[in-house]
Amino acid sequence: MNAPHESAALAAADAAAPEGASRAQRQTEVVAALQSVLPAHALLWQREDTVPYECDGLTAYRQLPLVVALPETNEQVAQVLRACHRLGVPVVARGAGTGLSGGALPHPMGVTLSLAKFNRILKVDPVSRTAVVQSGVRNLAISEAAAPHGLYYAPDPSSQIACTIGGNVAENSGGVHCLKYGLTVHNVLRVRGFTVDGEPFVFGGHALDAPGLDLLAVFIGSEGMLGVVTEVTVKLVPKPALARCIMASFDDVRHAGEAVANVIGEGIIPAGLEMMDKPMTAAVEDFVHAGYDLKAQAILLCESDGTPEEVNEEIGRMVDVLVGSGATRVEVSRDEAQRIRFWSGRKNAFPASGRISPDYMCMDSTIPRKKLADILLAIADMEEKYGLRCANVFHAGDGNLHPLILFDANDPDQLHRAELFGADILETSVRLGGTVTGEHGVGVEKLNSMCVQFTPAEREQMLGVKHAFDPAGLLNPGKVIPTLHRCAEYGKMHVRKGLLPFPDLPRF
Amino acid sequence: MMETLATAESPATLADDPALQRIVDRVRAASAAGTPLCLRGGDTKSFYGEVPKGDPLDLGELRGISSYEPTELVVTARAGTPLSELEAALAQCGQCLAFEPPRFASGGTVGGMVAAGLSGPARANAGAVRDFVLGASLVNGQGEVLSFGGQVMKNVAGYDVSRLLAGSMGVLGVIAEVSLKVLPRAAATATVRFELDEAGALDRLNAWGAQPLPVSASAWWDGMLVLRLSGARAAVDAALHKLGGERVSEDLAADFWRGLRDQDDEFFDKARAAVRSASGAALWRLSLPQVAPVVSLPGEQLIEWGGAQRWWCTAAPAALVREVARKAGGHATLFLAGEERAQVFEPLAPALARIHRELKRAFDPQGVFNPGRLYPDF
Repeated sequence: MNAPHESAALAAADAAAPEGASRAQRQTEVVAALQSVLPAHALLWQREDTVPYECDGLTAYRQLPLVVALPETNEQVAQVLRACHRLGVPVVARGAGTGLSGGALPHPMGVTLSLAKFNRILKVDPVSRTAVVQSGVRNLAISEAAAPHGLYYAPDPSSQIACTIGGNVAENSGGVHCLKYGLTVHNVLRVRGFTVDGEPFVFGGHALDAPGLDLLAVFIGSEGMLGVVTEVTVKLVPKPALARCIMASFDDVRHAGEAVANVIGEGIIPAGLEMMDKPMTAAVEDFVHAGYDLKAQAILLCESDGTPEEVNEEIGRMVDVLVGSGATRVEVSRDEAQRIRFWSGRKNAFPASGRISPDYMCMDSTIPRKKLADILLAIADMEEKYGLRCANVFHAGDGNLHPLILFDANDPDQLHRAELFGADILETSVRLGGTVTGEHGVGVEKLNSMCVQFTPAEREQMLGVKHAFDPAGLLNPGKVIPTLHRCAEYGKMHVRKGLLPFPDLPRF
Repeated sequence: MMETLATAESPATLADDPALQRIVDRVRAASAAGTPLCLRGGDTKSFYGEVPKGDPLDLGELRGISSYEPTELVVTARAGTPLSELEAALAQCGQCLAFEPPRFASGGTVGGMVAAGLSGPARANAGAVRDFVLGASLVNGQGEVLSFGGQVMKNVAGYDVSRLLAGSMGVLGVIAEVSLKVLPRAAATATVRFELDEAGALDRLNAWGAQPLPVSASAWWDGMLVLRLSGARAAVDAALHKLGGERVSEDLAADFWRGLRDQDDEFFDKARAAVRSASGAALWRLSLPQVAPVVSLPGEQLIEWGGAQRWWCTAAPAALVREVARKAGGHATLFLAGEERAQVFEPLAPALARIHRELKRAFDPQGVFNPGRLYPDF
C-alpha cells in the first residue's frame, strides 16, 4: 500500500547485484554451504519459493533474496551465520515481515534468515512477571499467554496480531500506550542471539541492569544490523483493573493541541492520547461507524487506566482540562464495549485510508507536541503545493505524527508528487526539532532523510557502532545509515536542521 | 503552566557555548599527544568505578539548562549543570527526575549522573537513568561534537547512541548535553512498614509486584520492610487499605527515602565507616532478579528495588561475592572499597568484551577518555 520513493531506490543494492551467471554461481555455492547445516525443508532458493520473502510491509520495494534459510534451532542459526561469514554473504534477519520501512527487504546477494520457526513461548513466570520467548513469537501471543495471570506485555504496535517480538526488538516498536508504559527498550530485559560470525551473545539480563556498557539499549532499534536475536525476555505488567476513554471534539486543531499540553501540564500522564484530524475522522467514521463527531476539526481520544478509584478521579480531572481547553463535545466511555468502539476508528485509520484512496503513503515523523499546529498548517500548505490530499493521525501524547498522503500510484506524476510531499514533511519535522522516524524505522525508506537529520560525522560514528558489532558489515548491509556518497548525491541542496540556502527559492 | 527558559547566564545553544570550544580544544590536544583525560563534573563520584586516571578535564563550566518544556515533559541541560539546579527547576513546575538519581554530596552534575548511570529507590518501578535519556550531544575522541536521539519521546532514527552513554563511565566521550524525559511528581505518597524477615519480605514484594498497586519504592533492612506508595490520591488510599502495615509519618518517611537515595542513611553511613576502618570490609551492590532467593554472605545487607538490588557490606573475598551473585542470576559491583580493591565491575563474556573494546575504539581511537575506569583493559 505504501509507495516507493524512487529517489531512495534500493539502498540494499548499494552493493551492486551481479547479473545472470555470477549470481547463479554464487547461489549454488551458498546453497551447498547451507545444505550441510540445514535440513532440506529449511532452505529455499527456487524463485517460486523465495517470492513470498521479496518484501516486508513496505511493498513498493521488492527484491528476491539469493537464498532463504529457516533454521529451527539455535545451533542451526549459529551454523548459518558461520557459513555466511566464511563466504562473505550478507544476512538479512526477518520476523513476520510487517515492518513499514523495508528493514527486512532482502539483499540481492544475501541470505534472508527467517526466524519464523522460533515461535515457542519458553516460559511465562507470574512471580517474576517476565516471559521468555523465542524471537519469532507474535507480540499479541505474549499477552495472551500472560492473560491467565492478570498480566500483559505493554508495547502494542498496531500490527501486534502479526508482528514478532524479534521484529519489535529490531525496530524498538511503540504503540498507543507508550507515553505511560514505554517502548520496547523499556520493556525488554534480555536478548540472546548470535553475532555475525555465529558467536552466542546475551545482552541485558534478568536483573535490572547488566555489567558494562548498556549494549541492550543500543541493540534495540538497530534494525537487524548488529546481531541476530533468537530469544527475548520481556517484562509483564499487571493488567489495569479498569480503562476508560474520553472522546473530545475541537473546532480548531490548535485548541486540540493546547488541550494535549494542558492535560500533561496538569500532571496527568494518560494511558493513551491520540488525535485525528477532520479528513481522517470522516474516513474512519465511514468505515467503522463509531459515532465520531464529523463536524469537529480534530478529535482527541484520552484514556485513563488503573484501579477504579484512580480512573474515576483521573477521568474527572481530564474532562475538566479538556472542557477548559475549549472542547466542543466530550463523551466518556460508559463500558468496555464503548471504549473499544471509540478506539476502533483510530486503530483502523490505515485500512480506512485504503478505502478512500487507491494508494497512500504513511509518514512517521515525531515533533515536539507544541509544534503540532505548525506542522499541520505546513501540511495544509503542502496539500496545495503538491495537489494531493493528506489525512492525519497523531500519537498526541508522544508527538508521533502519521500523515497519510493520498494518491494514485497508477499516475506517475501523482506518485512523484507524493514522494516530494513526504520528503517535505520529514524535513519540516526535523526543522521543527523532531525526527524523521518515530516508530517505523529507517530501513531503506528513510535513508535519504537520515542525511538531513544527521551530520556526516554523526553518521560516521553510527557506522563505527555497526563495525564494532559487525566488523565484516554483513548484517543487513545498506540499511539505516546512509553512506557519505549517498548523502552527497541526495543532499546537494539540503543543509542540516533546516538551514537551507535561499529558503524562499521554489525548488520543486 | 509556566515555561522555564534557558538559564540566563548560559548561551542559548550548545554550539555557541565557549566552554564547549575549550573542551573540544583540550580533547583534540589530548588525542594528538595521546595523553589521557579524567572527565570530571562535580567530583562527587570519584570513588565509583576503577581508580580515575589522567589529566582532569573539568566540565563544570559547561552548564545551564538549555531548554525546559514542562508540557513536553522534556528538559535539556549541559553536562556541568548541577543536579540541584536541574531538580529545583523541575520542582517549580511540579516535575521531577522519576528515577531518583543519588546525589551523594552537593555539586553532582547532570553529566556525571548520566555517565555513572545510577538510579535511586524508584528504579524498579519508574525505570533507570537510561530509560529517561532521550538524546545527547557528546564530544568524541576526534573532538567532533555529535548529537544523537533528540527531544522527543519516540525516535528510531539511527542507533540509540544516547542511551548507550548512560552508565558508560565517560569512556566513550565527553557528554556535553543531555535531554531527559521528566514526569510529574506523584499527587500523593504514603509509606508503610512491616516487620518481616528477609524471605518473608521478598515473598511479599514479588506478590505485590504482580498486582496493580502503586508501589514506588521498597527497602528491607534488619527485619523491617518499608514500602512507598505513590500515585493518584485514590489509588494510594485504596492500596493503604488493602496492604495494611504500620503507617510511617510523612516527615520521617521523606527523610528515610532521601537518605536511601543519597546513600547517607544509617546503613550506608555504617558501611562507609566499616570500609574506612581497614577491617577489609567493602560495600558491594548485587544486582539480581527480583525473585532471587535469600543470599547468604557474612555482613550486613540492605535490599532495595523489590529484591533486585541487594547491598552487602561484607569482608567476604571478591570471588565469593561474585560467585554468589552469579548463582543467583545476577552480577556484583564493588561499589565502595578501601585501598586494596578487586576489579569493580563483573568481568565480561568474550563476545561482549570484544564489542566493548571495539566500541571504545570507534568513539575514542586514541584512548584518551577515562582509561580503565570501566574495565582495566580499555
